[in-house]
Amino acid sequence: MAASSRAQVLDLYRAMLRESKHFSAYNYRTYAVRRIRDAFRENKNVKDPVEIQALVNKAKRDLEIIRRQVHIGQMYSTDKLIIENQETPRT
Amino acid sequence: MLLRTAWRRAAAAVPVAPGPKSEAPTRGLRLRVADHAPQSAVPSDTATAPQAESVLRPLYMDVQATTPLDPRVLDAMLPYLVNYYGNPHSRTHAYGWESEAAMEHARQQVASLIGADPREIIFTSGATESNNIAIKGVARFYKSRKKHLITTQTEHKCVLDSCRSLEAEGFQVTYLPVKKSGIIDLKELEAAIQPDTSLVSVMTVNNEIGVKQPIAEIGRICSSRKVYFHTDAAQAVGKIPLDVNDMKIDLMSISGHKIYGPKGVGAIYIRRRPRVRVEALQSGGGQERGMRSGTVPTPLVVGLGAACEVAQQEMEYDHKRISKLAERLTQKIMRSLPDVVMNGDPEHHYPGCINLSFAYVEGESLLMALKDVALSSGSACTSASLEPSYVLRAIGTDEDLAHSSIRFGIGRFTTEEEVDYTVEKCIHHVKRLREMSPLWEMVQDGIDLKSIKWTQH
Repeated sequence: MAASSRAQVLDLYRAMLRESKHFSAYNYRTYAVRRIRDAFRENKNVKDPVEIQALVNKAKRDLEIIRRQVHIGQMYSTDKLIIENQETPRT
Repeated sequence: MLLRTAWRRAAAAVPVAPGPKSEAPTRGLRLRVADHAPQSAVPSDTATAPQAESVLRPLYMDVQATTPLDPRVLDAMLPYLVNYYGNPHSRTHAYGWESEAAMEHARQQVASLIGADPREIIFTSGATESNNIAIKGVARFYKSRKKHLITTQTEHKCVLDSCRSLEAEGFQVTYLPVKKSGIIDLKELEAAIQPDTSLVSVMTVNNEIGVKQPIAEIGRICSSRKVYFHTDAAQAVGKIPLDVNDMKIDLMSISGHKIYGPKGVGAIYIRRRPRVRVEALQSGGGQERGMRSGTVPTPLVVGLGAACEVAQQEMEYDHKRISKLAERLTQKIMRSLPDVVMNGDPEHHYPGCINLSFAYVEGESLLMALKDVALSSGSACTSASLEPSYVLRAIGTDEDLAHSSIRFGIGRFTTEEEVDYTVEKCIHHVKRLREMSPLWEMVQDGIDLKSIKWTQH
């Protein structure tokens, strides 16, 4: 497989953020979005293609984890937290 | 593939975010009703709940009591709860082999976090069991020659209780006092070590005030005096870097549910070189090298292993974030309120555990007022009794300040919004409660409360 291109990495980033916003638990949702942003930002200057591929593979596995856990969270969802009504749609 | 799409369709039918629904799984405690403008105060009977009622859960700021499961941990555990349900000690079939492989992988993950060898990790039911094994096991094994143990006054109840039960068996225990900062005096420790001391037990990070004991120094002292060193690292593992070889630790207790893992599982690290001999507390089929018989709960240990691996990866990121949030919380509160004391050494301190005493405010009433935030004053295991925490008493806090203490816990999933909300409510209620307090009035008038002679009636 050819090395991951910038476009593929960005697609992965967008897919992960999109999926994470569906977490029904406030704490999981905010953590996932924040962590994904910070992790991609932290690694944006990695040049070694082997390392990039390893990071991309890990991100793909994490995306699958997020998908599964979002489903489970939705199946067992409960009431919102006290601050969710006041919160601006920032996270 | 077909099943996958069907499942996805079914899941999509479930609403994304929980709206007001009358048939919602009401396993959660109905705690607080959101005030909608047209409705008057809704009574607590939810049987006749109107459609527009929604109940909101409090913020969770009590991570020292327990932590939520990290989604990555739950994801690792589920296959072992659904399909791979074999007993890891079944040697004759694939179910056993796959379960054993998972258990050994988890063992490696736990060992890697603390710099140990996987053969030195024994799975238990939690840090309480690990503490019992460490203290009673070591003491009883060496009881023919060594009858003395040393611990501190700020240890967790299970350590203190184990020592008390050993005293009843004829052992001698020294409970070292701590300085005002909460840290032990190393010279006192050295002076307390006798020729017949078998074990020193000092917790790494205190669960009530968050102080970090000088573990590396204590390890050095114990190793030079040939005394075993046990540390209850339940609150420290995965949060601060620990290495059992650098710190010369011989035994360590690990708790699953303090590091975003499942409840009901923990581990004990028992050094093999030089070998630490421990008398097993639980007899049975000889599992876990004979140290802890009983079927190892594969899903739970897989969860513990995954939690340790995630903690190792996230330690630096989490520590940075939690330090920032802790600074924000403490600064905001201390800037807006006078007479607030932080308990515990400010420097040798784990940032995620902040214990503040608000003078002239009763701790329980503040906790009740902060009903939208899940907080605690003192540890969960002593919260049933009304006496102030023994940890606060050990660091020399005045009785009245000890009653006014609240513990704020900041964890991996805590957000800035939650911290700001907690701070705002805390400041508001402390001010309100102080307004109502006659003691506060007297202090404002310049009266020194210590000089008052309270009369008996």
